[in-house]
Amino acid sequence: MKPLRPTLRRSLHMTIVCAAVFLFMGAGDDARFNSIGHRMMCVCSCSQVLLECNHVGCTYSDKMRNQLLAALDKGDNDDLILQGFVQDYGPTVIAAPTATGFNRVAWIMPFVALAFGITFVIYVVRSWKNKPTPALAGGIVIPTGGELDTLRERARKETDQ
Amino acid sequence: MSLIGSFALLLALALAAYSFLAGLFALFQRDAMGARIAETARRAGIAAFVAVLLAAVVLVTSAFHDDFSIAYIQQHSNRDLPAAYKFAVLWSGQEGSLLFWSLLLSGYGFVLRLRYKTDQRLFAYASVVIAAVQVFFLLILNVAAKPFSLVQGMVPPDGNGLYPLLQYPEMVIHPPMLYLGYVGFTVPFAFALGALIMKYPGEKWINITRRWTMVTWCFLTIGVFLGAHWAYAVLGWGGYWGWDPVENASLMPWLTGTAFLHSVMMQEKRGMLKVWNMLLIFATFLLSMLGTFLTRSGVISSVHAFAQSSIGSWFLVFIALTVAVCAYFLAANISHLKSEHKLESLVSRESSFLFNNLLLLVVCFTILWGTFFPILSEWVQGHKVTVGPPFFNRVAVPVALLLLLLTAVGPLLAWRKTSVESLKRNFLFPLIGSIAIGGMMIVFGVRPWQDPSFFYATMAGVLSALVIFTIVSEFVRGGRVIAGKSGQSLPAAMIHLCHRNTRRYGGYIVHFGVALVVIGILGTPFNKEVEKEMGFGDKVSLGPYTFVCQSYTMEDNPNYGNEWAIINVFRGGKQVTTMYPERRFYKSSQQPQTIPRIYPSFREDFLLVTDVYLVYEGRNEETGRPIIKAHLNPMVPWIWTGLIIMVFGTIIALVPNAVPVRVTATVPVQEPAHVGAGD
Repeated sequence: MKPLRPTLRRSLHMTIVCAAVFLFMGAGDDARFNSIGHRMMCVCSCSQVLLECNHVGCTYSDKMRNQLLAALDKGDNDDLILQGFVQDYGPTVIAAPTATGFNRVAWIMPFVALAFGITFVIYVVRSWKNKPTPALAGGIVIPTGGELDTLRERARKETDQ
Repeated sequence: MSLIGSFALLLALALAAYSFLAGLFALFQRDAMGARIAETARRAGIAAFVAVLLAAVVLVTSAFHDDFSIAYIQQHSNRDLPAAYKFAVLWSGQEGSLLFWSLLLSGYGFVLRLRYKTDQRLFAYASVVIAAVQVFFLLILNVAAKPFSLVQGMVPPDGNGLYPLLQYPEMVIHPPMLYLGYVGFTVPFAFALGALIMKYPGEKWINITRRWTMVTWCFLTIGVFLGAHWAYAVLGWGGYWGWDPVENASLMPWLTGTAFLHSVMMQEKRGMLKVWNMLLIFATFLLSMLGTFLTRSGVISSVHAFAQSSIGSWFLVFIALTVAVCAYFLAANISHLKSEHKLESLVSRESSFLFNNLLLLVVCFTILWGTFFPILSEWVQGHKVTVGPPFFNRVAVPVALLLLLLTAVGPLLAWRKTSVESLKRNFLFPLIGSIAIGGMMIVFGVRPWQDPSFFYATMAGVLSALVIFTIVSEFVRGGRVIAGKSGQSLPAAMIHLCHRNTRRYGGYIVHFGVALVVIGILGTPFNKEVEKEMGFGDKVSLGPYTFVCQSYTMEDNPNYGNEWAIINVFRGGKQVTTMYPERRFYKSSQQPQTIPRIYPSFREDFLLVTDVYLVYEGRNEETGRPIIKAHLNPMVPWIWTGLIIMVFGTIIALVPNAVPVRVTATVPVQEPAHVGAGD
């Protein structure tokens, strides 16, 4: 294989680096704060996501946000941070069921229902499609295939008018 | 006053009970005497409406007269409450809202019983079912949740006032709309159950209930969206949908009702899905009841905590009874619902309806599952878990996107079979257009590969565009045919087209509205916000906007004291508006309330409109300085625009089709030839 010219190679490297910077920029602590803060609920009984609790004087949300910032500064990973919050405020602080133990069922069931539903509908549609056409009295023959398509196209044209 | 109200409710219960029992008896007594009893049952049902109306009038009048001897008025009103909210007292608490529900149900029953001549036998069955539901609600009102209970001991000089969150103009409209939707589904349910019990032949019950169902669906749609708008405009968190259990409860019957509206077309056109349609309307009614159970019982924690009590068990028993009755008659009469199911092709309108129903039900199941999973978790694991927005967004959104795809594809498929050529012809332009929209989104900075929310936003954009382009192409194609034949202009031809098949084209307009709603939602990942303590002259910037605090001012009225921030909004160095976010303190309830201000940037951005959303959050307790929170919420105004279009589309679909004009042509009569003798 013919090696790339140095200028072209440098340009290619530059493009890849720029693209990488462009794609992954902003994934710092701000983004993590935002992401983790949206995975927890405020425990002041407002039923709102932590970063969306807007009660002035809420005794929990400011404290929890500061706690989250401190954990991020300490360099804890996401799981450790969430675990710390669960220890302090109980399991209901996590805004969605975790993917562990029985909680997995919460995530799996909707997709099981979807898969079951799709399979059922496909089965039903196929069985209806494969049903034989009932014979008509008086020797009337129902047109099929190309003949039926031609008639249908003609009907469509006529009804469009 | 309270005596009149209590008596009216008792009378209403007696009349509804008579309407139910006598109506039931008359159904089995098919002679002249039975007919006479049926007529008395019908009249008793009508009279029950008058009695419930009287009770409601008494309650509202008591609110206007500040009759704090009635406990309900004392708890939900006060002397300085504005008149509109005194009217809203009717549905702002437990007992009142049940009375309001009863009133609407009696009102629907009243209309149904007046129109009984359409089909006396079927209407008699439906009337009995409605009377049974009326008896249930009136029993609660007379036994467990009495709106006219008197205050114990001394009558207080003033009331506790209306919950501050409810003191907003939309709250005067939102609950009635939602209730009209919830209650309205009782009518198609009653007809369906009646038709099942009497083994009603044919599809006539569907034709009779079609308009009822559409009107009810429209009310529920308005109710759900007004609730979302209220959350947006009052709660001050910058969002409109929090997946709260009670919000979910309103969405579930909407989803099954939407599935029903689609699948009944299969029964009407092809005589298919008879059992399925029964199940759907039963589910819709039961989910409406479940919503009320959730609001009342407190079994699931919700922000809608202002109407909780112990009457949840009543609803549970009623739901169980209804399930038992429906299941019994369905099992007993299922042979009557047998239909000839025959499909010619997988690529047909019939298949698309089946998949549409499947996806709507899967979304509904997901919401039901997520709403009740905390209870299940408590049973199994011994502790509750939270199932909040991250769960629903991750699970329901992908299925909803599939549904959107079907919304684009389904209407263009023909009944029975769609040819490949027709598919190509119909989809080429919309497909190219929607892919171009996706490309433009990427060019303008949406990176679907960076974050799942951006991916969903891109997909939602592409699919909404596909829906809109397919609808536009359908209108243009049909309009061209008519314009070619009649010589009308294309817009006039499209209106003519719409009038020729209002249901079909009204439906397309509803789909267009749905696409706009999705476009409004897809802006969510791009929301921005900033919070700052702002003194006079302080500035804060967010996106292209700069907010400058001009001043603060205070006002006081008998109902509440308030403080306003006066914020000038600049963009590109030019002032675009002044906004007045407000914070109120209600005197009687001693509760604070924020009133955000919203400026939709239609003038500056039009298609890419953004809501500038300002909240005056209060003062920092340490520094005493006011805190202002600013949000930029792109595309949100399209959600409310979409709602208006959906309602418009439903109205179009309700209009009867244009009847072909009969023109009497004058044909010149030829002179009869005189036949001469010599010819």
